[in-house]
Amino acid sequence: MLDKLEQSIFIYANKEKYIGGLKSSLGLSGWELHMDTPAPGNTVASNAKSMSIIVTKGSLDWAYPPFILATTAAAMGVDVTMFFTFYGLPLLLKKLDLQISTLGNPAMKMPMMGTHMVMPNLIGMLPGVDAAASVMMKNLIKKKGVASIEELREAAIESDVKMIACQMTMDLFEYKLEDMIDGPILGGAASYMERALKADVNLYI
Amino acid sequence: MADQILDAKGLNCPLPILRAKKALKELATGQVLEIQATDPGSIPDFEAFCRTTGNQLLESKQDGKIYTFLIKRTA
Repeated sequence: MLDKLEQSIFIYANKEKYIGGLKSSLGLSGWELHMDTPAPGNTVASNAKSMSIIVTKGSLDWAYPPFILATTAAAMGVDVTMFFTFYGLPLLLKKLDLQISTLGNPAMKMPMMGTHMVMPNLIGMLPGVDAAASVMMKNLIKKKGVASIEELREAAIESDVKMIACQMTMDLFEYKLEDMIDGPILGGAASYMERALKADVNLYI
Repeated sequence: MADQILDAKGLNCPLPILRAKKALKELATGQVLEIQATDPGSIPDFEAFCRTTGNQLLESKQDGKIYTFLIKRTA
């Protein structure tokens, strides 16, 4: 027996035959029957859960939560949409060089010499300190078997996570589409809202 | 026994789950995937993954620092 989804695919694929069969079984052979064809991409209603994430931050540390959740959710069968806006938009650039900022981040304690060290703001302000801290963080990430952002982004694309690049941010910060990876579509708040309104989980990160 | 073995040792969250999902997709329904991991977080995570996706967690055991999971593809 066909389930509902297969049934509707079967009906749409055999539209003429289906209408013909319907007409004869209803005794309407003289009548003209029409069947609405749904818009492309909207053919079959999906029963999968869905999630949307607004990605607003583009530093190395803040880039992790959205990509980890998007890839994991996709692996669990969830339809995921990521909306990249403001400082999150550069996460779609082909070449990533993500940095962290130690400034104003008293919770950022890095493991060092068997203990945890916090970077005083006065030192964090100095040129080169953030760069050094970023290198340290990247080394830690590698050592502990944590995925790189590039790797997670690749996994997200592979698992059909939908990505929307905010058109307004593109204009505002003068980013060019050719500098971005293939895959994301351009859109605005309405494109996001359309998906968010139907989603089971909506996150702002 | 397992139809395929996935070595996820040394990988951290969420890589064991992502790799497992990829490997499960290659299996036929009814086949079993064995995952070896060192991430302690993978114990609750594979339980949650299986509850959500409908795949069957046949076994979850610890041997020293190695965690082994047997997942039957049922979804």
